[in-house]
Amino acid sequence: MPAETPPLLEVRDLRVEIPTRRGVLVAVDGVSFHIEEGEVLGVVGESGAGKSLTGAAIIGLLEPPGRIAAGRISLEGRRIDNLDAEAMRRLRGRRIGMIFQDPLTSLNPLYTIGRQLVETILTHTDLTERQAREHAIGLLAEVGIPSAAERFDHYPHQFSGGMRQRVVIALALCANPRLVIADEPTTALDVSIQAQIIALLKRLCREHGTAVMLITHDMGVIAETADRVAVMYAGRIVEIGPVREVIEQARHPYTIGLMGSIPLVGHDVERLSQIDGAMPRLDEIPAGCAFHPRCPHASERCRRERPERIALGNAEVACWHAGELAGRGAVTAGVVRERRENRNARTGDGRPLVELRDLARHFDVSAPWLTRLFSREGRKVLRAVDGVTLTIPRGTTFSLVGESGCGKSTVARLVVGLYRPSRGTILFDGQDYAKLDSHAAMAPVRRRLQMIFQDPYASLNPRWRVAEIVAEPLRAHGITRDRVEIRDRVGALLRQVGLSESDARKYPHEFSGGQRQRISIARALASRPEFLVCDEPTSALDVSVQAQILNLMRDLQRELGLTYLFISHNLAVVYYISDYVGVMYLGRLVEWAEAKSLFRDPKHPYTRMLLDTIPDLEMTGRRRAPVAGEVPSPISPPSGCAFHPRCPLATARCREMRPEPLPRGDGGEVACHAVAENRLPERAPRETPLRQEAD
Amino acid sequence: MAEQLRRPWPRGMIGRLLDSDLFYSFSRSPVTVLAALVTAVMMGAAAFAPWVAPHTPFDLATLDLLDAFLPPAWMPDGDPRYLLGTDDQGRDVLSTIIYGARVSLLVGFAAVFLAMFLGVALGLVSGYMGGMVDAVIMRIADVQLSFPTILIALLIDGVARGLLPRDMHEEMAIYVLIFAIGISGWVQYARTVRGSTLVEKRKEYVQAAQVIGIRPWLIMLRHVLPNVMGPVLVIGTIHLAIAIITEATLSFLGVGVPATQPSLGTLIRIGNDFLFSGEWWITIFPGAALAILVLSVNLLGDWLRDALNPKLR
Repeated sequence: MPAETPPLLEVRDLRVEIPTRRGVLVAVDGVSFHIEEGEVLGVVGESGAGKSLTGAAIIGLLEPPGRIAAGRISLEGRRIDNLDAEAMRRLRGRRIGMIFQDPLTSLNPLYTIGRQLVETILTHTDLTERQAREHAIGLLAEVGIPSAAERFDHYPHQFSGGMRQRVVIALALCANPRLVIADEPTTALDVSIQAQIIALLKRLCREHGTAVMLITHDMGVIAETADRVAVMYAGRIVEIGPVREVIEQARHPYTIGLMGSIPLVGHDVERLSQIDGAMPRLDEIPAGCAFHPRCPHASERCRRERPERIALGNAEVACWHAGELAGRGAVTAGVVRERRENRNARTGDGRPLVELRDLARHFDVSAPWLTRLFSREGRKVLRAVDGVTLTIPRGTTFSLVGESGCGKSTVARLVVGLYRPSRGTILFDGQDYAKLDSHAAMAPVRRRLQMIFQDPYASLNPRWRVAEIVAEPLRAHGITRDRVEIRDRVGALLRQVGLSESDARKYPHEFSGGQRQRISIARALASRPEFLVCDEPTSALDVSVQAQILNLMRDLQRELGLTYLFISHNLAVVYYISDYVGVMYLGRLVEWAEAKSLFRDPKHPYTRMLLDTIPDLEMTGRRRAPVAGEVPSPISPPSGCAFHPRCPLATARCREMRPEPLPRGDGGEVACHAVAENRLPERAPRETPLRQEAD
Repeated sequence: MAEQLRRPWPRGMIGRLLDSDLFYSFSRSPVTVLAALVTAVMMGAAAFAPWVAPHTPFDLATLDLLDAFLPPAWMPDGDPRYLLGTDDQGRDVLSTIIYGARVSLLVGFAAVFLAMFLGVALGLVSGYMGGMVDAVIMRIADVQLSFPTILIALLIDGVARGLLPRDMHEEMAIYVLIFAIGISGWVQYARTVRGSTLVEKRKEYVQAAQVIGIRPWLIMLRHVLPNVMGPVLVIGTIHLAIAIITEATLSFLGVGVPATQPSLGTLIRIGNDFLFSGEWWITIFPGAALAILVLSVNLLGDWLRDALNPKLR
C-alpha cells in the first residue's frame, strides 16, 4: 500500500473516545484506511457505526467531549490530527471540504448565498472580490442552479431543499479542495432529488479530480457513486475493498447480512434475509469480534479474539472465518433466495375491505383574517389530497408512493380518521366511515383499523411503561378490564412481535428503534384489527432492522389475514411488501396497478421517472433518467395535468385538461393524455441498460 | 447519544434518583447544593416553628414589655435569651422571623399551586383545542401580561376586600392574598404549557391515542400532561421566589396579612419605623432572612431550568 507518493488521505489506527461520567466510550476503534487522489471512498454502516465521527475527526470537527485518543491522520503525507485550531481552520475549506446532511441548516439564513460563497473563496484563495464573484457564479451554474447570476443575491430560504444542497456542494468545492467529506449528503432529500444530487456529485468530482469520502447508510448510493467502500460496524471497519467486489462477493458476515436485508426491485422473495438483533450500544460493545452475538458463523475464537483485517482478493476483511465464507453472500450472483410463490393467493377472498371514492382533503393555509384584510389577499387553500379513488381488497397490501408533499400521508390520516375529508367517502367494509361523527358510532370501526407510525421515537409515550402502552387499546375499547387477562394479552402480543413478556415492565427509552417499532405494532394489533395503515414504518430504521420489521409485517399478514395500506417513498420496500401500488403526485393518484405489473411496465411518465431513481444496487450499469426538476407548491398546482411542467411528453392538451383515469389493461389505471393518445415511447425492459441521457 | 446508553440502574427509587443525570448535575454545582441546604433549613424551621423557635412571639402571656428594644445578644446590653434582639413589644426577633417565614412560605406555596393549576389547565386546553378557545384564553393572558404583576395583585386584593364584609377582613386576609398572587401569576404557566402542548400534540404517540379513539380530555390528561410538566416545575420554583417577594411587598404596603399574624413583609414594615431611631435589628434581620430565602429558591430554580432544559429562556 505505501507507494512512493503518499496517498491523499491516510488514516491509521484512529480511535475516537467520548468520555462520560460512566466511563469512556470508544466510538471509533482502530480504523485505518486511505483515499487516493480523485477517488470516491464510500463509508457505509448503520447508525452508531461511528462513520460520521470518523469524518468529523478527519476534518477536526469532533464535538467535545469527543476526542481523538490514538492513531494518526495524514493529508498528502502531512500529519493533521495534531494541528492547532488555527492551522486546522486554514486547512478546512482549502484542502478539505465538507458537505453536511441537512441543507436547511448548513447555510446561514441571514446572508445571501452569493455572499457566503464569495466570503469562503476570499478566505481561501488570493482572488480579488470581482474574480471571486465570477468564480462563484460559475460554480453555481456548474452545480445546476438555473440563471445563476440572478439567483446569486438570493437568500437560502428562497431555494428549495434540493437547490440548497447544490449550493452547499458549490460551497464545499469553491476553494478547489483535494478532498470532500460528504456526510449523508442525500439523506434529507426526496428520492428524485437524491438521484440528481448523486449524479451531480459524481460528475463534479470527476471533473475537478476531487477525492470524496462519502458517508452514508444507503448501500444504493455507494453502489452508484463509490470506487471503493468501507463497511463499518460498532466503530470498526469490518470490510473494505472495491465496490463491485464488496457488493457482489461480500465476505464479512455483517456485509453479507446487510446486503441480503436490502429489498431489491425485480427480486421476488418471500422473506428478506435478516440479521437478528441490533448494533450494540457504545457502552456494551462485546469483546472479541464486535459482530459475534449477531453472527450465524460465530465460533469460540470470535468471542475471545478480535480479528485483524486480512487481505482477500482486492478487499480486506476483519473476520476469522472470512476465508470459508467468501462468495456466499453475493446479492446478484445467485444467493439462495426463496422464490415467492403465487403471491396473490393469500388469505383474502378478493372482496374489497376499504374503498376510497373521490377522497379529498383541503387545508386552509391563509393568513389570519386581519392580515388578509390589510394585504388584500384571498384565502389560500392547500389541496393536499384532491380526488383519490382506490380499492383495497381484503388481505392484500396497497402501497402509496410519491415524493414528499404528494399527499400520501394525508390519505393515511384520512383513512384512520385523524382528519375529516373535505369531499368524498371512505367505505370501510361497506360502511361510510367518514360520515360517522359521534364518538360512540366510530368506536366499533376504530377497533378494526389501526395505524403504525413512522418515528419509533415519537410514537410511544415516553412516560408510560410498555405494558400500559400496549394495553391502552384493550382498555379504551373495553375489550377487557380484567388485570390478569390484560397482562396475558399484552404478553402474548409482545411475543407475537418478537419481544419477550418481561419487556412489558420497561420504558420506551430502554429499547432500540427497531424494538420500539415492534412495540408500536403490538399496540396496533391489540384490538385485533383487520386493517393496518402503515405510514413509512421503516424509513426511520436501519436497513438490517428494516428487514426484520418488513418480515414481521409479512408474517403477521399471513397469520392474521391483515390488510395493509402502506405509505412509503422507498420503492424497493414497496416492491417487496405490496400487492398493489398507487403512485401519487400533488394530491392525485396518477397510476395504480398490481405491483409486479406496475414495476415491469410503468405507463405514466412520472412513474417511469420515479422508478429510474432507484439506486442501481445490482451494478448493471444501466443509465437512468431520474425525474428532473422539483415538485411544485401544492398551494398553486399547475393547470391541467399537474405533472406537465416536469414531463417530457407534455403537450398543450396536458397544460389545459386534467387527464381522467384510463384502464391500463391489467386491472390498473393510469391518468395520462400521452397514454390516451397512444404517443407513449417504448420503455426498455428494466433488466437491460436504458439508452437515455443521464446526469 | 448519552440518553440512549443503558446504565446499570441501582435498584429502587432512591438509588435511581442518586444515579440520575439530574442528581449528578446537582452534586457538581456547589452553589446549588448550598442553596438547597439553606432552603431546606429555612423551610424546615418554618414548618416546625412551634418546636424550633425559642419563644412563642404571639403568646401575650410570655411577653414582657421590659424586654422591648433589646439589641442582638452579642452587642452590649444584649440578652443571651434573645439571639437577634427583641422588637418594640419585647418579642424575640428570631422567633418572629421563624413564624413570619412560615406565613410567607405558606402564602407562597399556596399561590404557586393555585397559579400552576390554573395555568396548566388553561394552557393545556388552549394548546390542545386550538381555534377559538385558544384565541380567547391567550388574548386574556396577553392583556394580563401587559400589566405589572404587583398591580394585578393589588387590584384583585382591593376588589376582594371591597366585596368581603369588613369584619371578615382579618381572617380572610391570607386567603385573599393567596388568591391575588395566584391569579396574577398563571399566565407564565399557561404560555409555557401551551407551547409544549403544541409540540407534543404533533407527536405520533398523541395521534396513536387519537386513532385508538381515546377521548380528548383523557389524551390531554394522561398523554400530554405528563410530558409538559418539566418546564412547569422550573417555572414553579422560580415563581415561588416571586410569590414570596410579592407577598412581602403587599404586606409591606399594608394590604397583606394583618399584624397579628405577621409575615416577613409585615415584620419589615413594622421594623422600618424604628430603623432610624437605632433599633436596626428589628427590620434588618427579617429583611436578610427574606433575601436569603428568595435567593436560595431562585438559585435552585435557575439550576433546575438549566439542568432540565438548556434551551428554555
